[in-house]
Amino acid sequence: MATNRTCQVLVVGAGPGGYVAAIRAAQLGLDTIIVEGDRAGGTCLIRGCIPSKAIIHAAERFEALSQHSQDAGHMGIHASSPELDMKALISWKDSIVQRLNQGVEGLLKAAGADLIHGWATFVDAKTCKVETTDGTIRIEAENVILATGSSPIELPFMPFDEDRICSSTGALDLDKLPEKVAIVGGGYIGLELGCALTRLGSEVTVIEGLDSILAIFDKELRRPLEIWLKKHGVKVHTGCMAQGADVSEDGVTLRWKDAKDSDQSIDVDKVLVTVGRHPNTKNWGLEEMGIKMDDSGRFIAIDDTCRTNMSGVYAIGDVTGDPMLAHRASAQGEMVAEIIAGHNRNWDKVAIPAIVFTEPEVVSVGLTPSEAEEAGETIITGKFPLAANGRALTLEAEKTNGFVRVVARESDHVILGIQAVGSHVAELSGEFILALEMGAVLEDIASTVHAHPTMTESFHEGVLKTLGHAIHIS
Amino acid sequence: MGTYEFRLPDIGEGVVEGEIVTWHVKVGDTVREDDPLLEVMTDKASVEIPSPVDGTITSSTGAPGDIIPVGQVCIVFDVEGDGNTTASSPTSEAPAEPPKPTPKPTPAPTPTPTPSPVVSTPTQVSPSTGASGKPLASPAVRQRARQAGIDLRNVAGSGPAGRITHADIDAQIAGGGVPAPVVQPSPTVPRGVKRTSTEEVPVIGLRRKIAENMAESKRRIPHFSYFEEIDVTELEALRQHLNATKADDQPKLTYLPFIMLALSKIMPDHPECNAHYDDEANMVTRHGAVHLGIATQTDRGLYVPVVKHVEAMDVWTAAAEMQRVSGAARAGSAALDDLSGSTFTITSLGRDGGLGATPIINRPEVSILGVHKANERPLVYNGRIEIRRVMNVSSSFDHRVVDGADGAALIQHLKRMLEHPATIFM
Repeated sequence: MATNRTCQVLVVGAGPGGYVAAIRAAQLGLDTIIVEGDRAGGTCLIRGCIPSKAIIHAAERFEALSQHSQDAGHMGIHASSPELDMKALISWKDSIVQRLNQGVEGLLKAAGADLIHGWATFVDAKTCKVETTDGTIRIEAENVILATGSSPIELPFMPFDEDRICSSTGALDLDKLPEKVAIVGGGYIGLELGCALTRLGSEVTVIEGLDSILAIFDKELRRPLEIWLKKHGVKVHTGCMAQGADVSEDGVTLRWKDAKDSDQSIDVDKVLVTVGRHPNTKNWGLEEMGIKMDDSGRFIAIDDTCRTNMSGVYAIGDVTGDPMLAHRASAQGEMVAEIIAGHNRNWDKVAIPAIVFTEPEVVSVGLTPSEAEEAGETIITGKFPLAANGRALTLEAEKTNGFVRVVARESDHVILGIQAVGSHVAELSGEFILALEMGAVLEDIASTVHAHPTMTESFHEGVLKTLGHAIHIS
Repeated sequence: MGTYEFRLPDIGEGVVEGEIVTWHVKVGDTVREDDPLLEVMTDKASVEIPSPVDGTITSSTGAPGDIIPVGQVCIVFDVEGDGNTTASSPTSEAPAEPPKPTPKPTPAPTPTPTPSPVVSTPTQVSPSTGASGKPLASPAVRQRARQAGIDLRNVAGSGPAGRITHADIDAQIAGGGVPAPVVQPSPTVPRGVKRTSTEEVPVIGLRRKIAENMAESKRRIPHFSYFEEIDVTELEALRQHLNATKADDQPKLTYLPFIMLALSKIMPDHPECNAHYDDEANMVTRHGAVHLGIATQTDRGLYVPVVKHVEAMDVWTAAAEMQRVSGAARAGSAALDDLSGSTFTITSLGRDGGLGATPIINRPEVSILGVHKANERPLVYNGRIEIRRVMNVSSSFDHRVVDGADGAALIQHLKRMLEHPATIFM
């Protein structure tokens, strides 16, 4: 076993940023090593995006079956009351994760990138030691790509035990469905899991510190979700600060101060803490590398080519700041690999799409109306309700009061942003972001034939509405 | 019939006035939308102003050489329809406002496929932007422009809302070259006849600017000039090799990119030469960045477009960027940003290079390098007379802040680099 190795590109972290960077670097003929302390795939694949979407899908089916059984044969379909085997659900979810994990490792191998399982610790900017099961390997690299990702933030007064007090990681590996769950933090992670648990039959309470849940979105966009939560008995307490959790033999009591500063508490089976994620900047020798952090001091500072202050050291993904999204990391990874190979690239994206997989789903690309106005734009907007879309009705997607909203500049009709909320709207995001990146004007979308019957017609109609002549709404 | 008042539009960032260089139209002319009206000179760039409307010119303001502020009415048209003066627009209150692009009184605005007047000018553009605030173009167009060294902010988009298309990039690349100069045959005069005619040529526009700058530089700066010859035989071999093996999309290399790179490499050792001297404040500002002005002869006179941050470039990028800025200067499409900010200037006379010259420093810089034609000459080389390729360089320095020894040291350092071209890349 070689204990000293050199390479052209060393990638640290095999999440959606790191593994894409490594595959692209290897494709470009660069001698590439990627180091990962866990299985390849990162938070996204192992304990984030993918497993949560699997559980969300199962929850949707479970809820549908319950509806057929309770609602006197809804749609003419009679079914007996469904039963949930949580362990079986989790192992189905695990099988998907495993397939993707093996897929990623296979892709790395096929491209010629060398995956080393172990924990990398840097001794200087270009050298790291990796503790593996076969001993220590010292790697000296010409170029380093830091893709160490992020982890759930832990509240010091209620640390994770992943049994009673869970992070998102623990919430994706439940052995049985909790009857009662309290979620601290009404951001997208907490609400996605909260919706899924509600649909599976848990009684869910959300404690949020700000004045509203999902505060990254505007009121109009949040409204359908707030209605859904209310209709499904999810109790939402805003303006509340969690104070602590007392774990006992048969449960956990969550204590918080409400908006009026009075003490409140609730007895639940599990407390889920989803108050955000922090970058993984500790315990791998970052401090030995002389790398500059950004103004907040939390994230690694990068320029528009993902270069750090240290020549030949790049950083991508969550460790470089918001938005902490897999697709941003992947795009950065691809770009950095090409830059190292000598291509002339820089980060020139118009927008990064953001999607929340709650019920209803929420999508936002580009600027919201208020962001556009703050940027000094004079805008026109149009909103098309899913209730006026035929395909949405056949999917019962209109029941969550969703819509597509278009924001365009008044003077030249350049589309500045598109938002949507509603069941199944996540899959519309591809066309939204394409419109933004291509620099589309309203007339481009208006003149594009959208297939009938699909929900994409709602985007077309939203654009027509912005132009003042929607067909299926007056 | 209505009256349409055309105000001098805002032609570039921070520009508040312009000097009329030429009128292309006169009172009584009937013009069509986009026909050139007049040429206006601002700071360094001259801008062709196209007509925003179809109409007949009823009056015009200003003669060549006059300076008019942005927002002043300079032409009045008779137009079909209502024109733009009947509407209660703030005519006299807001003189700095650019003209409304479309006088159409349609209730719902439809974007016209033709860009607004300012955007469509071939010489100066302010491109439409998208949600990111950057020029409107698809990802593939953006990537192509980056590869070609084209700054999209300087490209006029022909698509809807001024979106930049592949065809616009094609046009930009094709337009980068120099139009072949038209040689006017001199009228044949029979021998023995005395010529008594004179021609008065007003010194206006760019010519006046050049005149003022040159006089000011020579008046204020005690120039000292220094000459040297450089053996470029090895550099020539390298250049020939790179040109023979380069990729199709890479620019052909002249000596200049190598000289630029060598200068950027050695400047940290000669900080006094890569500087600006504010002789009123008695302050020399030494620059870390190496922004090289490239003196460029154009049909309209001398321009100095600038290649920024040469210290961060490789030879291909430097060549491409130099081609881009000098091409833009020749085509008249250079943005103000491309014409300012140099920290050191290179002047090259190319084929007409001669033996030596005494270049005038481009204030507030303190040094200038003149590059002459390289040719084969007999040279004593390793104790024998050999045919070597030799290039002369001339330089001038501001003797108030650059001592003779320091100026000479820069040129000797440059000579060492160019004679051993591998060192440029070390």
